[in-house]
Amino acid sequence: MARMTMIEAVRSAMDVSMERDDDVVVFGEDVGYFGGVFRCTQGLQAKYGKTRCFDTPINESGIVGAAIGMAAYGLKPCVEIQFADYMYPAYDQLTQEAARIRYRSNGDFTCPIVVRMPTGGGIFGGQTHSQSPEALFTHVCGLKVVVPSNPYDAKGLLTAAIADPDPVIFLEPKRLYNGPFDGHHDRPVTPWSRHDLGEVPEGYYTIPIGKADIRREGSAVTVVTYGTMVHVALAAAEETGIDAEVIDLRSLMPLDLDTIVKSVAKTGRCVVVHEATLTSGFGGEIAALVQEHCFYHLEAPVMRVAGWDTPYPHAQEWDYFPGPARVGRALIDVMEA
Amino acid sequence: MVEPAHLSLHVPEPAVRPGGEPDFSNVKIAKAGAVPRPPVDAAAEDIRDLAYSIIRVLNRDGEAVGPWAGLLTDDELRNGLRHMMTLRAFDARMLMAQRQGKTSFYMQHLGEEAVSCAFRKALQKGDMNFPTYRQAGLLIADDYPMVEMMNQIFSNEADPLRGRQLPIMYSSREHGFFTISGNLATQYVQAVGWAMASAIKNDSRIAAAWIGDGSTAESDFHSALVFASTYRAPVVLNVVNNQWAISTFQGIARGGSGTFAARGLGFGIPALRVDGNDYLAVYAVACWAAERARRNLGPTLVEYVTYRVGAHSTSDDPSAYRPKTESEAWPLGDPVLRLKKHLIVRGAWSEERHVQAEAEIMDEVITAQRKAEEHGTLHAGGKPSVRDIFEGVYAEMPPHLRRQRQQAGY
Repeated sequence: MARMTMIEAVRSAMDVSMERDDDVVVFGEDVGYFGGVFRCTQGLQAKYGKTRCFDTPINESGIVGAAIGMAAYGLKPCVEIQFADYMYPAYDQLTQEAARIRYRSNGDFTCPIVVRMPTGGGIFGGQTHSQSPEALFTHVCGLKVVVPSNPYDAKGLLTAAIADPDPVIFLEPKRLYNGPFDGHHDRPVTPWSRHDLGEVPEGYYTIPIGKADIRREGSAVTVVTYGTMVHVALAAAEETGIDAEVIDLRSLMPLDLDTIVKSVAKTGRCVVVHEATLTSGFGGEIAALVQEHCFYHLEAPVMRVAGWDTPYPHAQEWDYFPGPARVGRALIDVMEA
Repeated sequence: MVEPAHLSLHVPEPAVRPGGEPDFSNVKIAKAGAVPRPPVDAAAEDIRDLAYSIIRVLNRDGEAVGPWAGLLTDDELRNGLRHMMTLRAFDARMLMAQRQGKTSFYMQHLGEEAVSCAFRKALQKGDMNFPTYRQAGLLIADDYPMVEMMNQIFSNEADPLRGRQLPIMYSSREHGFFTISGNLATQYVQAVGWAMASAIKNDSRIAAAWIGDGSTAESDFHSALVFASTYRAPVVLNVVNNQWAISTFQGIARGGSGTFAARGLGFGIPALRVDGNDYLAVYAVACWAAERARRNLGPTLVEYVTYRVGAHSTSDDPSAYRPKTESEAWPLGDPVLRLKKHLIVRGAWSEERHVQAEAEIMDEVITAQRKAEEHGTLHAGGKPSVRDIFEGVYAEMPPHLRRQRQQAGY
C-alpha cells in the first residue's frame, strides 16, 4: 500500500493497465511529454514510449473518433478530454458512435474505450471549467458512466473501466484531485495522505463498475450522491447530527439500484445530492426510481439538492456550489417533513 | 478602386435548375493519359497539379492510355465489369422491393459503381474500409453474399443485424467493412484511428476512409485530415464527389476551394483527383494510394469525380432541384458502358457476352432475393425477436435493461 492523491491513483491505474496489456494506449491534449495539465499522465510517455502515450491536436471529436477506430482495430484506448466542459465537440462521436457500435453491428465491432474527463466545480473555474455533464451521458444508451470520490476507488474503477468491453465515461472531480473537499472553502484543505482512502495498493486491482458503496451507515435518511458531494454530504450529516446513510454511487450507469432501495426501505427518507444543475439532472432519475421502488416506505417527499439551473458562475462560486449548509438544510427539512 | 456601398452575402448556385439545359461546360476534364504518374513517395507540394486535374485512363475510343494504364488483366477487368453490373442489378431489384413495401428504404449507386468496386480490388484481406451508405460495391467486389445484404435490407429473421439498423447500413468485419452509421463523416476520423492502431502495432494492414462531397463540410472531415497528417497514418482518404448532397450542389460544400482534393494540400497530404467513372483509373489511383500507405509513407487524399445519376434515396425526387436529363449530359459517361467498350476494344468481350452476362447476373440477384424473402420482408414473414431489441446494448445486460425486457414480455 502507498499513500496517493487522486491524481497519483489515476496515473497508477493507467500505469498498471499499460504494463499489463500492450493494447492499452493513452492520448489527449498535453497528455504525452508534459504529462497532462493535471499531471495525471506524468511519466507514462517516458516509460511506455511515444506510440503508447502521446499528445494530440486540440480536437475532441478527433480524439474520441480516433479512439473509436483504434478500438475497432483491437486496441484499448484510454483518452483524456482536458475538461468535461470541452467534451461537446466529441458528443456526436460519443453518443452516436461509441455508444452504439456494438448494438448497431450486432457485436461485429465493439468499442472498449475509456474517456477520462476532469469534472465539477468548487475551484473558481467559471463557466467552462466547472460543469458536471453526467446527465448528458447517463441518458445515452450504451455508455457507462463512472464518478469516483477518492483515490482508492479512482484507481480500482479506472482499471475496471479500461478492462471493460464497453465505452466508459470516467468523470474525475478535479476538486478532489489533491484532497477530499467537504465544501468548507474557508478551511485549509486536508491532503489525501491524511485520509484512509488515500491508501492505495500499488499493483493491479479493480472495483466492479455498477456497485455503490455506503460511506456512512445511518438510520434516519438516505443520501444518494457521488463525486465531491459525497464529502459534502458526510460533513452535513456530522454538522446537523442527523444519522444519515450516505451512499456513494460510484457508477451512475449501470446504477446499483439495489443498494439505494435497501437503504431507503430502511430509513424511509431520501435526499439526492449533486453539483450538476437541477432540471433533468441525474437526481431526477434517482428520485423517480426511489418513488417507483420505495413508495410505501417513504415518510417524506424525495428531495434534491443540486446546482442552480444557471451556467456555473465565477464570483458567486460558493453561492452556487451546494455546500454543507444547503445539504444540511435539506436533511433537516426531510426529517421534519 | 470603388468602395462598395454595402456588403452582400454570396450564396453559390448550380449552373442549371429544373427546366434548364444541363451544362457541364465549366467542368475541366483532362485528356485520358495526360496526367503523369508520380512515384509513390512524392511529396504533396511536388504533385500539387494532381489535385486540380483528373487522372483518366480510358479515352473516348475505349482505349487504355497513359502512365496509369496497364495494371489489370482481361480476367480482372471482366470480373470488375461483373461486379459493377451486379451492383446495378442489385440496386434495381432493391429499389423495386422498396416500392413494393418489402423494405422501408433504399439508396442506389447508379453511376458510381466503379468507385467502390474498383477500389476494393486495390485492398488486401485484413484492410479495413470505413464506408458511407453508398459503397456497397466494396461488399459485392469482395464476394459478400447478396442474400445477407438483402436479409439486412428486409430486416428479416436472418438479418445479421437483428433488425436494429436502417436498411443498407451493413457491417462485416470479415469483409473489411466497418459498421455504417447514419451520422455523416464520423467514420472518416475513425478510419484514421484504425490506421494509427495498425501503425502502433507495427502491422501491415491499412485503412480506407470514405466520405461524400457534401459531408466534407462536417468537422470530422477536418479532424480526420489533421490526425492523418500529424501521425502519418496509413490511410486512404476517399472523397466521392458525385456533385450532389441530396438537393445541394457540390459548390455549397466546396466553397472557394478549387477542388475537394485540394483540401488535402493544406494538410500536407498528397492529393489526387480521378475520373470516378473510369474503372481502370480508379483502380490505378487506389493502388498508388494503398501502396503509399503500406510503405509507411502516410495518407493520401483521393477525390473521385463522378455523378449521382439516381435519386439521393427512395425518399428523394431529384427533378425538384436539377434537370431531369442532367445525368445524360455528364461528360464522364457511364462506368459500366465505358468498361464494356474497353473490353470489347481489347477483344476480351462482346455485345453478345454482355447481354448474356446481364441476364445471368439478374438471375443471380433474383435467386438471392428469393432466398432472402424466405426469411421474411419488413412487413411479412419471419422477423427478428423482440428480445433482440435489448441484446447488445452492452456486452452484459445491466439490470435495468433486464427489467425492461421483462416488461416487454420477454
